[in-house]
Formats: sequence, structure tokens, C-alpha cells
Amino acid sequence: MNLHTLTLRQAQQKLAAREITATALTESLLARIDHVEDKVRAYLSLHPEQAMAAAEQADKKLAQGQGGLLCGLPLSIKDVLCTATMPTTCGSKMLEGFIPPYNATVVEKLLAEDAVIIGKVSMDEFAMGSTNENCAYKDKIPHNPWKLGYVAGGSSGGSAASVAAGECLASLGSDTGGSIRQPASLCGVVGMKPTYGRVSRYGLVAFASSLDQVGPLTKDVADCALLMQAIGGHDERDSTSAKKDVPDWSAALQDGVAGLRVGIPREYFGEGLDAEVEKSIRAGIAMLKEAGAELVEVSLPHTEYCVAVYYLIASAEASSNLARYDGVRYGRRAAADSLIDMYRQTRSQGFGDEVKRRILIGTYALSAGYYDAYYKKASQVRTLIREDFAKAFAQCDVLVSPVTPTPAWPLAQKADNPLALYLSDILTISANLAGIPGMSVPCGFSAEGLPIGMQMQASHFNETALFQAAWNLEQRAGVKGRMPEI
Amino acid sequence: MREGVFSARCSFVRFYQPANIETGKFIAKYAITIELNNIMEFETVIGLEVHAQMKTKSKIFCGCSTEFGAPPNTQTCPVCLGMPGSLPVLNRQVVENGIKLALAVDAQINRENRFARKNYFYPDLPKGYQISQFELPIAEHGRLEIEVNGAKKTIGITRAHMEEDAGKLIHDEREPKSYVDLNRTGTPLLEIVSEPDLRSPEEAAAYLKQLHAIVRCLDICDGNMQEGSFRCDANISLRPRGQAKLGTRTELKNMNSFRNVQLALEYEERRQRDILLDGGKVTQATLLWNPDTNRTEAMRGKEEAHDYRYFPDPDLVPVVIDEAWIERMRQSLPELPKQRRLRFIEQLGLPEEAAAILTASRELADFFEQVCAAFNNPKKAANFICTELLREYAPEQISECKVQAGQLAALLTMEEKGTISGKIAKTVFVEMLASGTDPEQIVKEKGLVQMSDEGELLAAVQAVVAANPEQVQQYREGKTKVMGFLVGQLMKQTKGKANPQLANKLLLEALGLGTEAGA
Repeated sequence: MNLHTLTLRQAQQKLAAREITATALTESLLARIDHVEDKVRAYLSLHPEQAMAAAEQADKKLAQGQGGLLCGLPLSIKDVLCTATMPTTCGSKMLEGFIPPYNATVVEKLLAEDAVIIGKVSMDEFAMGSTNENCAYKDKIPHNPWKLGYVAGGSSGGSAASVAAGECLASLGSDTGGSIRQPASLCGVVGMKPTYGRVSRYGLVAFASSLDQVGPLTKDVADCALLMQAIGGHDERDSTSAKKDVPDWSAALQDGVAGLRVGIPREYFGEGLDAEVEKSIRAGIAMLKEAGAELVEVSLPHTEYCVAVYYLIASAEASSNLARYDGVRYGRRAAADSLIDMYRQTRSQGFGDEVKRRILIGTYALSAGYYDAYYKKASQVRTLIREDFAKAFAQCDVLVSPVTPTPAWPLAQKADNPLALYLSDILTISANLAGIPGMSVPCGFSAEGLPIGMQMQASHFNETALFQAAWNLEQRAGVKGRMPEI
Repeated sequence: MREGVFSARCSFVRFYQPANIETGKFIAKYAITIELNNIMEFETVIGLEVHAQMKTKSKIFCGCSTEFGAPPNTQTCPVCLGMPGSLPVLNRQVVENGIKLALAVDAQINRENRFARKNYFYPDLPKGYQISQFELPIAEHGRLEIEVNGAKKTIGITRAHMEEDAGKLIHDEREPKSYVDLNRTGTPLLEIVSEPDLRSPEEAAAYLKQLHAIVRCLDICDGNMQEGSFRCDANISLRPRGQAKLGTRTELKNMNSFRNVQLALEYEERRQRDILLDGGKVTQATLLWNPDTNRTEAMRGKEEAHDYRYFPDPDLVPVVIDEAWIERMRQSLPELPKQRRLRFIEQLGLPEEAAAILTASRELADFFEQVCAAFNNPKKAANFICTELLREYAPEQISECKVQAGQLAALLTMEEKGTISGKIAKTVFVEMLASGTDPEQIVKEKGLVQMSDEGELLAAVQAVVAANPEQVQQYREGKTKVMGFLVGQLMKQTKGKANPQLANKLLLEALGLGTEAGA
């Protein structure tokens, strides 16, 4: 049986009906990984023994009818989330072999729900990048399962590729400027960046603290709701996590979106948008209308400043967040004769080019004499961007747009042009700046057979509207259940 | 300024040149100093930065214990170790302590508090940044009244902010190796910055003592300077009196007692004055006080100009302090040293000096008041405590004293009732300090009850008179000084128990009788 094609929900039903066991499911996925991993290259570290032990535990619980929400479901986890029994490298040489002394809150939650964690998946170093090519482990740069040799996206490229390729049933990623939604779109899976504060960041290795959020990458919308249900909620260990109840999102998955106001931001359909992408998104919008949605054209006038604001704020925070990698306590330490030299060598050798570039940008933006012109100004513009959204959400419930201006492109094609890559983040960045939830839902395919995702955004803590709209699109787009041939 | 130095030197050299050159040089410098001080008096300007470690059970951003002296790195967790992915959660007690201090120094409390990151690399700083406050500190524009040589003065407090302490480095001097102990990392601190309002090392010491008494009274800091829970850095500069612009300052560190703060500032004041008098310029620097050599020394290594790249910490939300919270803290404030001192003077009738001494620590003032609760003569109690108790214990160490307030009150009552003499009371007190035994028991066991029975004492007086005919004779011849000797003899005979007034009276009568007979 090809169990790797199952969704979380399907597997859950089969497990509950005793059609399959968690052990068999995990074994099947490990076999799938064996079969395709040398082509997909999603995993930074695989932990079959731990996975099998967890599956056996899950089977015992299932037999006693005591299993948690995710009992026996094999998942992969982005290597940016701390795991006490598995290395957490953040795709960096700096943390090669590093095993954290604790589990991230979201990992604790998965374990508490009896999930099976198969391994840690690839990412751009410290989540900085949008193709996964910035991963320091060059043999672990994921390929797009729909077209090998093409990028899977980033920074949660490993998560998206592992889900799309059937190397796990679902995955957790992190999104600072689109890092869940963009690879989800490029790999044809569902990805959600929840509202800032919806999911605990405790144990998520920080890139940019005011923008980072953990979220699921799944095969369909129902799975996304299920996983969100498991990881959402207040955590007293994260001061920025919201004291908000987690609604029953699965209940929102109902046919029809009568009365839902769908906003189409003018600025998101501008120059540089691939014609095929635009066509697919327009078709998706029409499907939402069919489902009963009311279409509204809206404006987000400060969109053009998003990339600049984002790269100042994210880099400033990163320059400080990454200061702890100094060789003193954990991770890599270079041999040197003096303290300063040790710092210099450790950080020169341990970080890759993109990380260094952002640390430099961020340090510069915070420096005396530049703070006001860069960091402070960026923070002020961020407020304007937030206000743009507040105004837009007075007119509509969900904003729809493309996730990326183009479908996936060949690996190495843009690797030498960081600015071009930064600019391709324009459609996803603003959700992080505003702190609102965003989602990528498969909408269609290009002529080349590459997936195209639709982005949906809603106001703070209104994930329910996203699930509603996304599920209805999924029902109509006709791409659900499709899997790549590898 | 340079001109002044020149003219003074020239005129002097002309005058003394013909004489012995060596002597001339020596005297020259001496004379110039005097002359220059006439031409140009310097004013010393000092500002203090105090780091008061808060007495909270747990650290500022995690649940680890703040207790001092545990084995290295045992009071740590992923948060205070700065492990990847860990996040800070503010300890509310820290904010409450900050509010209390702000109220005690009449400072303005910022209703919205923000934490900021101060970025720099050092091995005792696990995250590569210190979480501190920058733009919106908890308190601003406070003041503190000090008194030096009877003169009162108000010292401004620029700001007080909450922050986390760093760890400790232990350097192995035998090999090039350093060890890092992160137990202290994340211990909450209040940094209290004074205005440059202090004009002498003495004033600086007075300010520091006052602030020390306040944080201890508020019970927000244990004030232990040796263990580093109350640390002080000082900025000092000199300028010609009357000049508005501040001179170049130096920053002094590593002064772990009030005495060292004053000594270091005095040393630095002299050093800067000498430089200026020689026509030199003070170099801005951070200096360490070396208590062994009694000198300030340049700090080893680095000391580049730091750019700390402060920015709001995105991991922490702003702390909003509302009126109700402030009012709750106001209600919880204990009586402050200044208020207590005034009450001691006005209500208990203590002299100013005694009131100041007794309010130097909250424990001492509490002890004093407990004594007064059972012994209704505050002046006497104050006097006894200031002389007898403070001879053995510093005001902060009263809790270590074995004598309970009730026991001291009992002792003073016995003395006042005449059960024992004042002298015996002091002896008994020494015994009480050593053993903590009740005074009644000591007096009883050692038979120290004052001899106040006239008949009994008279016998002793007569015996002394009989045994010292020569001195008695001398007294009667007008050498009244021998009275002292005779009293001494009587005390010896009675083992110090004789009631002094009664003994004096009886002795005088005994001696007087003779005079009377002769007349």
C-alpha cells in the first residue's frame, strides 16, 4: 500500500479503523524516503529508530484508545525548531551536530499529541533565503519534487519538498517573510503562517523575532487545520504569544462562502507578475466568487516599501539574534590565539555569505548615526503598512493574491543575485510586517507542470476566514490529491 | 590656565634660583601649588552609577535561583544560558521593585516601559546582548537628600532602569585560560544614575550610603558590596571653579566598599589636580581601583568606543504601569530612612546624630524601636546602642547579633531601676553578646546585683576607711583627689556592685564625719 500518499486525516481514519498501524505507516514512509531522498534531498537528519519507537508507542496508545490528536502520524520538522533528541543545525555549519537541551514548545505539543517525528528537514541557513540554496550543507539542498533540478523554495524548502514528495505526511516550518508560503506554493502544498502570537516561538531558533512564526505545511487544507489545532495557543514561555483561545478550525471547513468579502489588492497584480501565475490566480478568484464570495478591489498603498522595510528590520533583529553564536558555549569554535580572534574566526568560518550579508546590513542599520535613518524609519513605515491592512480589512475579510511572481525556477539560476531574490519576496513579506495570518493554497499548474499557489491573508487572529476560503478553493481548483512522480 | 602656571613658575624660579637647586625644586613645586590654588581653585564634579542587584528569588527573565555562591553554572537554564530559541519572560517582582525605588527617590515613573537590547560581545554575556532599558526607563528625574558636615544638599537622580546582570569570568593566572560562570547571568539589576551633582568624594560617599540605606529599607537589594550586590562606578572630573563646562572625566570601577569609593575618588581627585597643575590634560579613560596599592590603574586590554546598537527587544512586550499598580506599591512602602530619622528626632527626642546613626540600616532602626517598645527611655537606649552595640556590629549586621531587643530592654531596665550599676550593665552586655543569655540570668548567676542596702554598704565603706588611713588623712587635709582612689577601693571590695550614688554618699559621710569631728 502506498501509505505515503495519505493525508493526515486519511491516515488518522485508517489508524482509528485499525486498517493500518502506526508502525506500518512509519515504515512505509521510511521506505519512501529510502526510495526518493537521494533525488529530493529534504532531510538534514533522519531518525528512523526514534520514529519507529514513537510509532510503537502510538500503536500501544491506539490499542488502548488513548491516542492524542496526531497519534502515529509521521511528520518532518524544519531544522530551526529545537529538538532535545535530534540535532538542530538551522542549516548552518555554526550549529553542526548541536543538540539543544530542550524541545521547542511546538515540538512538545506534537509529542504530547503522540506524533511521530521522522527527522529534521533542510532550510536556508538560519532561515535566510528563498530557494534553500543558502543551506550550508550543499548536498542537502532540496529539489522541487515536481521538477527535479528546480528550487523547492525557501527557507522551509525541506518541509515543502518532504510533504510534496511523500517523505512525511506533514511538516512544521517557520515563516519570517514568506518562508512557509513561498515553498508551499512552489511545491504545490498547503502552508500557513499563523497570526504573530498564535503559535509559540519558544524553541524556534530566532531569525527576526518580531516576524518569525511557526506554521504547518500539509497536503491539504483540512490537515493544515488539524496541525494548527495541535500547535496553536498561548505559551507562558513566550511573552509575545497571545492569550487567545484556539477555535475549532476544522468546523470552518464547509462548502460555500456566501457573504465572504474577498479583497483583491491592486498592488499585488503589478509588473513582473508571470502571466501564467496571474491567469491561474484569476481563475481561482472566479472559483471563490462561484462559491458565494463577494469580490472587492482594495489598495495597499505602501506595498512598494515592504521589501526595504523588511530587509532593514529583519536584518537588524538578526544581527542581534545571531550574536550568541560566538564559539563560547556551544556550536562551532575556531582555534585562535585571542578572544577577539576566536570570535572573528568562529563567525567567519561558521556563517555563510547570506547570513553574513544580513548581519552586516542589520548592524549597519542599528549603528549610531544610522539608526534613525534606517531602523527607526523602517519601524515607522511598518506602522503605515499595518494601517494599510487595517483599512483593507475594513472592506474585506480575506485578501487574495499570488504567493510568488513566478513558479519555481532552476536551481542556481538566481543564486548569485540576492537582490532579485529579495524582490521576489514582495508578496509575502507584508503579512509578517503586519503580523497577520497568511496562507498558500494550491490553485493550479503552469504549462511546465509547476504548481502555482494562491495567497490568502486575513486580519489578526482570523485564521478561520482563511480556512474557509482555502477549503472552498481547494474543493474547486481540481488539483487536490495530485502528487508528483519522482 | 596655562598662563597661570607659567607666570607663577617664572616668578618663583627667579626668586629662588641662586639657592640650592634641589631644595629650590622641591619648594618650588610646593609653592606653586599653593600659589596656583590661589589663582585657580578647582571644583570636583562627580556622578555615580549604582548597580543594585535585586533581592528576587528568581532571575529577571527565567525561573532560575539568584542565590549567591552556588557551584558554577548550576543555576542556569536554556533562557539565561542564551540557548538558541529560548525566550525571556519578565519577572513582575522586578518591575515592582523598580516602582518602589522610583517612589522612594521621588522620581517620575514611566507608564510605558520598554526593554532594549544592548549589543556587545563578551564571554560573560551569553546572548551577545544585554537586555536593559534605553529609551523608556522605569524612573527618571528623581532626587535624594544628603547631609555632609551638617549641610544638606539635594542630589539629582537622572534615571533608574531595570536590566539583567552578566555572568562572571574567572581567569586562571597560571595559564592563559578563563572560566565562565553563568550563575549570575540574568540576576535582576536596577541601575541608578545620579546627576553630576556631587562636589566631593565625601558627598559621593554620603549619597551612596543614603541610597544604600534606601534600597535596603525597601528590601529590594541586600546591599552586600563585597559580594557585588551593590556596585558603584564613578565619573569624576575637575574644572576651574566658576567654569560651566565640565572637565574631561575618568570613570572609576571596582570599588567594593564605601571606604574604597571615597579613597578612590580622593586619589583620582588628587591625580587629576596634579595633572592639571602641571599644565597637562586629563585623558578620558576607565580606571580600576586597586585596593592593595590604593591607586587607580588603567583597565587592561580593549576599551574601544562601543556602539551598543540599542533597539527595542522584540521578544518582550512593553510593560504598562498604571496608577493602581503604583498606588499599590506606594501603600506597600515601608517608612523610609529620612522619614524615620525625622520621627526619631521629633517624637523620641533623639539628637540628630544619634537619629542618623540609628537609621543607617533598617535592621538597626527596627532593633532600636523594639528596645524602646519595652524600655521607655529612647535617649538612653539610643546612647547604649550607639556606643555598646555598634562597637561590635555594623548597622547592616545587627541581625547577626545574638542579643534580642527584649533582652537589651531588660538589661537597660535593670540599670534604670538601680538593680545593677551602669558599669555592670556594660559588662553584662558583653557577656550577652557572646552567649545570648538573658541579662537576669547573668546578673543572678554572677551575683552582680547592685549593693544598695545602706547597712551592708556602710560596713564596706568603714572597712575601706579603716584600711586606708593615709589617704583618708590626705583627703581630710584637702586633697580631695584621693576620693577617686577611695571609691576605687570600695568598688574593688564590693566587686563593682556598690551602688555608685549611695557609695559616694556614704563615703563622703564617712570622710565628712571625721572633718566634722575635727571642727
